[in-house]
Amino acid sequence: MSDAHESHSTELVAADEPIANPGLPEHTWRPTDVDPAKERRAEIQVSVLFMLSAVCTVLFCVSYFVFDIKDNWSTVGGLGASTVALGLSLAGALLFVGIGIIQWARKLMGDHEIVEMRHSAGSNESERASALADLATGIEETGIARRPLVRNTLLGSLALLGVPMILGLRDLGPLPGDKLYHTIWGEGTDEHPMRIVRDGIWTPILASDLEVGDLVNCQPDALMNPERYGIDPSEVEGTNAQIVKSKASLILHRMNPADIKPGVDAEGNSRANWDVNGIVAYSKICTHVGCPISLNERTTHHLLCPCHQSTFDLSDSGKVVFGPAGRPLPQLPITVDDEGYLVAQRDFDEPVGPSFWERDYYER
Amino acid sequence: MSVDTSKVATTNADEPATVKKGQKAAGAVANWADERLGLAKATKTMSLRKVFPDHWSFMLGEIALWSFVVLLLTGVFLTLWFDPSMTEVRYNGSYDALRGVQMSSAYASTLHISFDVRGGLLLRQMHHWAAMIFIGAMMIHLLRVYFTGAFRKPRELNWVIGCLLLLLGTLEGFTGYSLPDDLLSGTGVRAADGFMKASPVVGTYMSFFLFGGEFPGDSIIPRLYVIHILLVPGLLLALITAHMVLLVYHKHTQWPGPGRTEENVVGYPLLPVYMAKAGGFFMIVFGTIALLGGLFTLNPVWKFGPYDPSKVTAGSQPDWYMGWPDGLLRIIPALETHLWGHTISWNIMIPILIMPPLMLTILIALPFVEAWITGDKREHHLLQRPRNAPTRTAFMVSLMTFYGLAWAAGGNDIIAIKMHLSINEITYFMRGAVFIGPLIAFVITRRWCISLQRADNDRLLHGYETGVLVRSPDGGYAEKHLPISPTEAFTLTARDRDEVYTPDPDADANGVSKRGARLAKVRSRLSQLMYADNVQKPTQEELHEGEHHSEHELHELESQIAAGPNRHGPSEH
Amino acid sequence: MVLLLGLLLTGGLYAAFAPAQAHDESDNSAQIEQGRQLFLVSCAFCHGQNGEGVLTQDGTQYGPALTDVGAAAVDFQVGTGRMPMAQPGAQVPEKENVFSDDEVAALAAYVGSLGTGPAIPDADMYDPKTLSGDEYQDYVTRGGQIFLANCTACHNFEGSGGAMPRGGYAPKIRGVDPKYIYEAMLTGPQSMDTFSDGNIPPDDKKAVIAYLDSLNNSPSYGGLTLGSLGPVSEGIVAWVVGIGLCVGFAVWIAAHTTRSSKKKDEVQA
Repeated sequence: MSDAHESHSTELVAADEPIANPGLPEHTWRPTDVDPAKERRAEIQVSVLFMLSAVCTVLFCVSYFVFDIKDNWSTVGGLGASTVALGLSLAGALLFVGIGIIQWARKLMGDHEIVEMRHSAGSNESERASALADLATGIEETGIARRPLVRNTLLGSLALLGVPMILGLRDLGPLPGDKLYHTIWGEGTDEHPMRIVRDGIWTPILASDLEVGDLVNCQPDALMNPERYGIDPSEVEGTNAQIVKSKASLILHRMNPADIKPGVDAEGNSRANWDVNGIVAYSKICTHVGCPISLNERTTHHLLCPCHQSTFDLSDSGKVVFGPAGRPLPQLPITVDDEGYLVAQRDFDEPVGPSFWERDYYER
Repeated sequence: MSVDTSKVATTNADEPATVKKGQKAAGAVANWADERLGLAKATKTMSLRKVFPDHWSFMLGEIALWSFVVLLLTGVFLTLWFDPSMTEVRYNGSYDALRGVQMSSAYASTLHISFDVRGGLLLRQMHHWAAMIFIGAMMIHLLRVYFTGAFRKPRELNWVIGCLLLLLGTLEGFTGYSLPDDLLSGTGVRAADGFMKASPVVGTYMSFFLFGGEFPGDSIIPRLYVIHILLVPGLLLALITAHMVLLVYHKHTQWPGPGRTEENVVGYPLLPVYMAKAGGFFMIVFGTIALLGGLFTLNPVWKFGPYDPSKVTAGSQPDWYMGWPDGLLRIIPALETHLWGHTISWNIMIPILIMPPLMLTILIALPFVEAWITGDKREHHLLQRPRNAPTRTAFMVSLMTFYGLAWAAGGNDIIAIKMHLSINEITYFMRGAVFIGPLIAFVITRRWCISLQRADNDRLLHGYETGVLVRSPDGGYAEKHLPISPTEAFTLTARDRDEVYTPDPDADANGVSKRGARLAKVRSRLSQLMYADNVQKPTQEELHEGEHHSEHELHELESQIAAGPNRHGPSEH
Repeated sequence: MVLLLGLLLTGGLYAAFAPAQAHDESDNSAQIEQGRQLFLVSCAFCHGQNGEGVLTQDGTQYGPALTDVGAAAVDFQVGTGRMPMAQPGAQVPEKENVFSDDEVAALAAYVGSLGTGPAIPDADMYDPKTLSGDEYQDYVTRGGQIFLANCTACHNFEGSGGAMPRGGYAPKIRGVDPKYIYEAMLTGPQSMDTFSDGNIPPDDKKAVIAYLDSLNNSPSYGGLTLGSLGPVSEGIVAWVVGIGLCVGFAVWIAAHTTRSSKKKDEVQA
């Protein structure tokens, strides 16, 4: 058997090779090839593996019906019994059959290495020549080289056909317009400035409610009481509420008023009246890629983004003190209304959230 | 080479084929099918006894293939219950802590799959684990192919297809990860929206078109769903098919060894051994994934809660394969340019819009760049050991180091809490390390490979270390060497000698353009870098000399052992 | 682990006695005096003889003033073993409590008597066990949403904790005595923000605790939780266990089986 390879192995060795190819070594036999008892044992071993697989499959079916996944999840060692039992029995069923097949191949199937010759990946000369000739004939018969007008108009019209395909995508969504420049904080009226409410609890906040060191995650009141601000309720329902939140989410932080470093807005005016007794309000949306941020260090007033660790200083106009964010966190000027609840003075005076190309077009 | 292959690739069974009962039935079926489909003719191109060489590292791609099959199977199951809609509903299912909470239908149906469909959670977790393993297996397969030089002619196109598969697999993973619309994946989508908006000129439009308006809108989940279950899987299937067809056409590469040449392939026949091994391996990969799915929680969406743009959780990370660009996003300094009223966010563009495509381009270009430097136009079917291509190996290790560091940076917060470090310091360290680490890795790997080559030559010329210490009459100690087996010796020398490319000195005279001359110079420099320090295998003369020397040493050793009082040595055997 | 058990035990014991002590706190001058003596020995070095705080020479705080922190803060800091601190650092870690329950109560009473600040809460303010079945379920659902809005950002979706700037960290809050969770929200220990009653009303704090309690009691439906750290630990398992097992099997499949020294022909012959 091995003589087949030895015959050609020597001739393959190049002249300058230090050692000649000795050819395939002689085949050695496995215990299962030479010892019928071992062969029989392997046979039983493989069948046992297959049977174990079948047992596991039965177990899978049993656990499917036994373990209830409705209201009361039964558990195994604190783990969900249904998932664990189904997973382990399925894994057993698959692994045992897989291992059995491999064992069969390793122990019982013929294991002589055989040789196959390779061919060059390319075609041979005559094949290539005939294909090229066919190609040339074909092109010649179209006359495309001789009729540039036909060729050029065809290419032009095909290129134009790309336009409808791209145009068809136009209605995927509306144009951005000025949507990214405004938030719902600007939609309060003189009579009813936009109240700030606790996120998830939805109650307005009295300035006196908060103690130094408090951090409140907030939303605009319009999400719960749109009518109060003359907003159509449909604008703040369902996915629209998500859109509103994705820009308007806010954090309030009360600090010692002496800690606040005097800042200026984009036009150089002081931010002195933007806080209420040391309560400052900042956009919760990171200026890097837009994750909500509320990991605040009470002692340093440093606000950290959990996504990429941009750190902003809430006592210093939201300045970036660490990390990848390129701009300070936008601050919302706040005050109190007649009843003493915290409200927005007006909208942010810059777009919130991550940067975009036209961001600086913003007109105040 | 004209060798009669029909003779070689025949059965090796020791008994003559006798028709048994079972075979008769099988033969009848085969006949029936052949009369209608001409299958026997087809076996000319794809013989049933086609040979595949056996080596564990050749099965890494198979892990990817089989986990892809598992993905298709489990994915079909999931589509039966998943509702890719962002319509808000009030949850009323089995999971207590969220009952009565407003959420999207996508999230609600994910909870339904997890808590009200028996085995649903298992399937969800298996699908996700399979995805993680799919991409991981593609990567280790890619590394194997690169380190062994299996990407060389004629397999460059298959390399390119493989790189595209890696890209598509990542895309498929990201879209799938986003579908449940939970808090963690929603945070990922929000970040993706930030990436899009950072694209110059068209960014905002891209975002508004993809999301059907402002983020998050109500279109993104259904759109990602179509991409995830139709578009990308279709492309993946087509490319995987092409990958396999080319594999069969080129025939598998093999390690050098006795009897193995560039013109043949030695291994086991497809039917039955390889088919059994592949089929068995499919079951094993499937079983492993089921084991993971049953034992380990993956993406517990019920704890994240439905997506809400105002909420976030500590440890917000993407799945591992998106970890390295995320790491770059974490360590990039705050670079943002405002130019003529336009915002250019380098702090987003470099990590996510420039680096990943750049890495992919580098990967795709590798075979072509190497081929250009070496000027090698031959076909290669014998693999190279990584040490025998020191510069190539070092280059990939250097890329891997970069990847690994960026990857680790993506988990900087977890590293910080688990190892009691400061995220700030980790970030500062990584900012330097991503530049310096790959350089150090390159130099060390290259020298290491060259040392290994030297060690190989020592083995060839001086034999192996016996562990027998001999004291010479004048009191010195020396370890004796014995020659290695001819098989091993052949295997060690079965590699090409490297040739450093030197530009033709007559090039100027022949009127080669200036540009051509400059390119030739660059090529020769690179070739120098690539090959000049390599250790070449010994020549025939060197080897003979070495043999004489070790024979002499062997005799000396034997006589000393025979004479000496210490009789522990090879002569005992 | 021992530490945790110890904490649970002391916390649990303490919870049983706390209400009674909280009530006679105001008129128990003997307890306050005992607390003052303990304070002078254990706390005054950093916090001053009368809890007025100590400044270092360059003006930074050595030990902050305790005049208005309230009894709840002392109960939390000392009860969880954070105070007295072993050494200054980025953050004071939790450790074994060195005081008896009586001593903690005395210290709390003394510091509480120094000024304003929240008192130690009563058990019915924080203990989810006081809730009936349906009520409990309502609290869990509401608490989960408040937890996700206010707590997960630092403490992670399952209360496993997370990293904060410059070596700080938000500690793991699962398996912590409900009283301490309540007190931590109320007083904002170390770098944590306060969630005063004006920020999150008492009932909503209790809802958060009920949610955490429900997490403790619910099985881990999908199998082992891998530390509940999110995708990082999942990725590690995918590589080490998933890819590891598959490659291990591949090595076995391709490995050569044992060989016999005999030849088949010889055996047959």
